[in-house]
Amino acid sequence: MINLQSPFVQGSSSVSTIMLLVLLTLLPGLFLYIHFFGLGILLNVLIATITAIFAEFIILKIRKLPAKIFLTDYTAVVTAWLLALSIPSIAPWWITVLGTLFAIVVAKHFYGGIGSNLFNPAMIGYAILLISFPAVMTKWQNPSHINDMGLSLSIFLGGVDNYDAIASATPLDYLKTELLQGKNVSQIMNEPIAKLTQMQWVSFGFFIGGIILLLTKVITWHLPLTYLVTLFVIASIFHLIDPNQFAPFQFHLLNGGTMLAAFFIITDPVSGPTTPNGKIFFAILIATLVYVIRVFGGYPEGIAFAVIFANICVPLIDNLSQPKVFGHE
Amino acid sequence: MFTSILIVIFLAALIGIILGISSIKFKVEGDPIIDKIDSILPQTQCGQCGFPGCKPYATAIANGAADINQCPPGGDEGIHKLADLLGVEYKPLNAEHGEPKPKSVAVIDEKTCIGCTLCIQACPVDAILGSAKHMHTIIEKECTGCELCLPPCPVDCIDMAPIEENAENWKWKYPVYKIDKSPERRVS
Amino acid sequence: MKVFEKIFKFNGGIQAKTKKNISTTSPIKQFGLPSKIILPLRQHIGKLAKLKVSVGDHVLKGQLIAEADGNVSAAIHAPTSGKVLSIEKQLIPHPSGLPDFCVEIEPDGKDKWVQIKPTNWKKIDLEKVNKLLLSSGIVGLGGAAFPTHLKLNHGKAENSLKTLIINAAECEPYITCDDMLMREKTNELILGIKLVHEILGVEESVIGIEDNKTVAINLLTKAIENEKNIFLKIVPTIYPSGDAKRLIYLLKGIKIPKSQRSSDYGIQMFNVATIVAIYRFLEFGEPSISRIVTITGNLRSPRNYEVLLGTPLEEIIDDAGGQVVKNNTFIMGGPMMGFKLPSINVPVTKAMNCIISSEPDMVEEKKPVLPCIRCARCAEACPVQLQPQELFWFSKSKQLEKAEEYNLFDCIECGCCSYVCPSNIPLVQYYRFAKSEIIEERQEQEQANIARERNEFRILRLEREKQERAERNALRRAQSSNEDKTKLIEEKRKAIADALKRIEAGGEEQ
Repeated sequence: MINLQSPFVQGSSSVSTIMLLVLLTLLPGLFLYIHFFGLGILLNVLIATITAIFAEFIILKIRKLPAKIFLTDYTAVVTAWLLALSIPSIAPWWITVLGTLFAIVVAKHFYGGIGSNLFNPAMIGYAILLISFPAVMTKWQNPSHINDMGLSLSIFLGGVDNYDAIASATPLDYLKTELLQGKNVSQIMNEPIAKLTQMQWVSFGFFIGGIILLLTKVITWHLPLTYLVTLFVIASIFHLIDPNQFAPFQFHLLNGGTMLAAFFIITDPVSGPTTPNGKIFFAILIATLVYVIRVFGGYPEGIAFAVIFANICVPLIDNLSQPKVFGHE
Repeated sequence: MFTSILIVIFLAALIGIILGISSIKFKVEGDPIIDKIDSILPQTQCGQCGFPGCKPYATAIANGAADINQCPPGGDEGIHKLADLLGVEYKPLNAEHGEPKPKSVAVIDEKTCIGCTLCIQACPVDAILGSAKHMHTIIEKECTGCELCLPPCPVDCIDMAPIEENAENWKWKYPVYKIDKSPERRVS
Repeated sequence: MKVFEKIFKFNGGIQAKTKKNISTTSPIKQFGLPSKIILPLRQHIGKLAKLKVSVGDHVLKGQLIAEADGNVSAAIHAPTSGKVLSIEKQLIPHPSGLPDFCVEIEPDGKDKWVQIKPTNWKKIDLEKVNKLLLSSGIVGLGGAAFPTHLKLNHGKAENSLKTLIINAAECEPYITCDDMLMREKTNELILGIKLVHEILGVEESVIGIEDNKTVAINLLTKAIENEKNIFLKIVPTIYPSGDAKRLIYLLKGIKIPKSQRSSDYGIQMFNVATIVAIYRFLEFGEPSISRIVTITGNLRSPRNYEVLLGTPLEEIIDDAGGQVVKNNTFIMGGPMMGFKLPSINVPVTKAMNCIISSEPDMVEEKKPVLPCIRCARCAEACPVQLQPQELFWFSKSKQLEKAEEYNLFDCIECGCCSYVCPSNIPLVQYYRFAKSEIIEERQEQEQANIARERNEFRILRLEREKQERAERNALRRAQSSNEDKTKLIEEKRKAIADALKRIEAGGEEQ
């Protein structure tokens, strides 16, 4: 018997529609990635997706929940794609599999499944990989070796002999190590690695996808705008204080995973705050932490740890940012 | 070393004075814990807990002479509230003291009543109206369903009638939505 | 006529398909006399009306069947002349599906009126008008069924009411009874507005209407052309702009919290149908015996009907041609806030403004209810600026004190949150459950407090009686001292001696 209760009309898009839209808007960035870095990323994405769906299916069966309903809301697929896009494209297959398994099984289902996970699953997966396998996770593909499919395939399948031939550091990584060696920013900026525009084009692709998400009202402006503006402000302040020690804002905004984070990672609804003011504070917190970790911390890219730390603060942020009810102002 | 001894003595004296002043200034009269326990109990005054009313039972709990799971009309919810208040662990209702029953009121069969006033003397909340050799009747609004009037009646003319759900006291139920076919798990 | 420029905008709300054209293509049809009249005694907020007739009585049209019990109550009148057949529990239009006491009348076909007279409302003061309205049976005809006489007063002090707002918004989809009333009874409405305006002594009357009612807007604009103090203000079609406090904010920019009434701010609001009912009562003496109902949805010929209260719904549905796609599911009220009727064998009541015969997509197996993904779209849609997701988590886990802290009782149950939820969670059901639980808990606590007081008084009384008895005994024992004892013994001896003497004397005489 159908339990009929008001409202008797529905006007919402379902969770699966929203997730599919997110996947769609990830495509521009993905295509640019493939264009500049080769098909390695596509393999990663495919492996991650298959692992995610398989892992979620097994876990749902163990938890005696209907697999079809929960699998077709595509949240696992979105987690898989975000993780695959965050790790190096030449990472061996077992890195991707391990990361996805950890994200789906531990970060998502051990905490209660969809809607109950405290932390962003993709970021937990990335953080675990970074801590456990730092060497592999810092070797990013050098775009000039894009046509070396055979080489990347062999690395993909596990052979790490010729790693250094096609791997190099990211611009952020390079900046950090060179600063520690005493060079100043303007010198570093003239180096070829720092001038790598391929990753910046990919970031731009994610930016376009993010704008589409904003226009279709899947996400609100609070999180991405605040995050980018805060990062811009902090980077500019520090750059003005000492242009030789701190990179300009465009370096921070266009390199690393900033654009991907701004529109796709910090906007994860389950682990983020629910109030508008809470979202603004959350974004400020993440942007500050990202800058601090990048410049003063031990890792070249700080998004994962910043997001995880901010996730811990979400219940308090929610509690303190409750808006006033109509008439109670 | 001498100075450290002096400092410790001074600190101890200071804290002692503060505590002494607070115990005088912030002293609470009476024993509020009994009242707090009593405000959780359902006031049925039925005696199923083994004590002659809710206030004696509350006093007994406060003195440790009784356990928190002896009140059937309060049900599981009442035991949870008592456990929260006193900071003890929840335990299920002690079946020796009775089973929870649906809320009922007493009804006197007027044809059989002989006007003996025994039930009037038994009612703990004075919910029975009547006098010697005159008709007795239950004031429905005041009856707590304690059933103390049933045993004294010599002609057995009192019955318990459960309060039915009608359009006036109907309320919305807790929504439960099954999401799957397996009977053990449901997302509600 | 003036149209104000500034319209405020409340947070949230939704824009759904209005589906009003289904029932506005034909004019209002007078339904006429049904085969039987069933009048529930509970058609309003407040206490049940007190019966004044018994089975077998013959009643005339407009005769008082049950009078208002106290101030928060309303009277019930016979919609037509006939014989009272029975007074028993019958099925009423209520979400519980439980029956309630109804008076059943068999119409005799003559439709004879009881004697009614108009009121000279210009000459009597507001308190007297109030008392008269108590006997008129008029309640809010927008669906809330709040006794109207309680709103026709001066508010905090004399001359404190400044604005009269006429709620012509009718924001829920499908419902068109107010729209058709404005089209066909425009003059009565304007006369009614002027009447209430004068009785309440307000400075201005504002009609708030949604912009999708173009025909009614044109007619009203023309009708109030020469009225200096009546204004028409058009608001955009967003649900729920017809909610009282939301409409006040739209028109006046004042946000009134749950704890206060609009009359505290000098504003009073009435639905258009209620205004016409007040007008007809004061001008002609007609009590509340009929209303306009929208019969719409999946039907052969949906339209609006003017029906007598108590008309069985089956007969009206038959007249509308019956369902096109048979599913025997009917909804009373609008699709956002209405409820499923237990059956079609229910009578028309004062609160029944619309009956929707369910369209196929309303009854098909809905998408499954998924867990909440914390997207907060419900908070964006809530017109009361609540946090529905927090209220949902608290209601679901039965943490009722926290739900109340987060302003659960401010919720107007409009359904906007459930409408936008991507996980398809029926949020309003959780809030209704939580509210009933909290209210029941409060009532039980009240009852328990009274029982405790009675018990304590009884213990006190028994103690007192015991003490009095002890005192009396002590007094008696104290009073009989040794002297009194010897006196008592002397008296007793004397009596015995006298008795013996009498016996001797009696014996000697023989």
